[in-house]
Amino acid sequence: MSITIENLNKQFGSHKALDDINLEVNSGELLALLGPSGCGKTSLLRIIGGLDVADAGKLLFHGEDVEQRDARERNVGFVFQHYALFRHMTVFENVAFGLRVKPKKERHNEAEIKRRVHELLNLVQLDWLHDRYPAQLSGGQRQRIALARALAVEPKILLLDEPFGALDAQVRKELRRWLRRLHDELHITSIFVTHDQEEALEVADRVVVMNKGRIEQIGTPDEVYAAPATPFVYQFIGNVNLFHSRDHAPWTEQHGDAVAYVRPHDIDINRTPQDDTALQVEVKLVRTIGSVVRVEVAADGSGELIEIELSRERYDATPLANGDKVFIRPRQFRVFDTGVKNELSAA
Amino acid sequence: MPQFKAHSVLPGFNLALGYTLLYLSLIVLIPLSALFFKTATLGWGGFYDLATGDRVLASLRVTFLTSFAAALLNAFFGLMVAWVLVRYRFPGKRIVDALVDLPFALPTAVAGITLAALYAPNGWIGQYFAAHDVKVAYTPLGIVVALTFIGLPFVVRTVQPVLADVEAEVEEAAASLGAGRWDVFRRVIFPAVYPALLTGFALAFARAIGEYGSVIFIAGNMPYISEIAPLLIVAKLEQYDYAGATAIAVLMLLISFALLFAINGLQWWSSRRGAK
Repeated sequence: MSITIENLNKQFGSHKALDDINLEVNSGELLALLGPSGCGKTSLLRIIGGLDVADAGKLLFHGEDVEQRDARERNVGFVFQHYALFRHMTVFENVAFGLRVKPKKERHNEAEIKRRVHELLNLVQLDWLHDRYPAQLSGGQRQRIALARALAVEPKILLLDEPFGALDAQVRKELRRWLRRLHDELHITSIFVTHDQEEALEVADRVVVMNKGRIEQIGTPDEVYAAPATPFVYQFIGNVNLFHSRDHAPWTEQHGDAVAYVRPHDIDINRTPQDDTALQVEVKLVRTIGSVVRVEVAADGSGELIEIELSRERYDATPLANGDKVFIRPRQFRVFDTGVKNELSAA
Repeated sequence: MPQFKAHSVLPGFNLALGYTLLYLSLIVLIPLSALFFKTATLGWGGFYDLATGDRVLASLRVTFLTSFAAALLNAFFGLMVAWVLVRYRFPGKRIVDALVDLPFALPTAVAGITLAALYAPNGWIGQYFAAHDVKVAYTPLGIVVALTFIGLPFVVRTVQPVLADVEAEVEEAAASLGAGRWDVFRRVIFPAVYPALLTGFALAFARAIGEYGSVIFIAGNMPYISEIAPLLIVAKLEQYDYAGATAIAVLMLLISFALLFAINGLQWWSSRRGAK
């Protein structure tokens, strides 16, 4: 089921949580809402799920206005960051909850409920835990149960609010791959909220980057990483070095005030100047982190550190030591004029 | 021999246990056993005659029935008050929160006199009841009013923290799964607060059984109708019938103990069924 959001606004006191949001979610896609905390992504998700009400704007499911519909009538599955499982119920009863509270004429008989619950528990690979209580499960298991519970009512839309936020790194990684595979099987239109860019880029079909209640960019993971639309997206997704036109005029290619944004892995290092735009720097620190080598350099007479990432092969071809004088040059960069930059730094 | 004492990082098990036993003996056990010894001077026959006396039975019935009714009322309205205090934000919330403790702080006699004045047939509230030929003060109904007043904080204060512990998210999860309001309450909230509610009920009930100060002013104290057992004890004491007084006390104690035991059993049973 597709979701259309038009001119959505939400205000909490004097804080504008959502500022004129327009978004189209395609049927069957897995969409990530990505942004720093307080950017409005969770508010947006809650409004779609019917747990909050927008001040103004339109919300359509498959072209149908659902604003007046209560959360319980939207047929939306919601997964919470802290699981929100029913503590006094077994895993089985948690998953069966949505089936048991159906109106009498729609309710399945006990045998059918049992069959469906076990089917879902098998889907999340936790059938063997069916008679345990949530307190006896690990965080990753609880979140999978919460997902099974949400899927029990056969929702047309699945909303996940930082579903892996409370888990440790290893489990997180495992679960998000598993979520991707599950989505490929079920094809439910899904939106998940995260502040973790790696998670969004790895799992989602499309990523919506949000900041201060506005959408900064909508695109595939590749697009938002390789072609950020705004300085904010540049800085939020991946690392970036900023070069001001005052200091590095040749790179900004402009005469006015401008800033060039360069990814750490888009910088070349050479012993000799590549051309007349090369910048002479001194190596301050070299650190090997797994498969990449991170080099920190500083321009002559400037304390500002520039971060450069090299692959191991490249580094081995020209090893560096602290204090070496080298030349750097960006292979790829993007220039934003300072007006935008100021807006950014005010953030 | 079973392990008597688990290893602990905090020393002082012997001292703490010794002190606990001494303290319990001095404050609880010795006075209570004195009660039984004094009662024993009556002998079985004397005790039986006294315990089955019409007036004693009537007073016990009044005490336990009104206490039960008051505790039940408190369970309902206490849960509601706790709910409002936990879930909503409104101006003056802190004041309302503090008001709940008032029955703890107010001398019970003051509460009794105030309630009696309010609910008397010519009182502020009593006149409206009187208009419909309902008498509150000086009847068992008045006793229930006083005991409800006394017991309210017990329920609110035991349920409040437990209710606060049930995240709003759990209710939202239930709603998004299609549960109506009644289903959310019945299947999600109530099971979570039920043990605490039972504890609050038991506390309010126990407190009401022993209540004396507030009740005697509003009850009217008519033998067989609105005379409570604690009043009968005081009456016996005034007649220097110490053994008779302690005998009634022993009776009350046994009944209370049996009831609290049953409530605890119920709680144990329900918690075994529920979250482990």
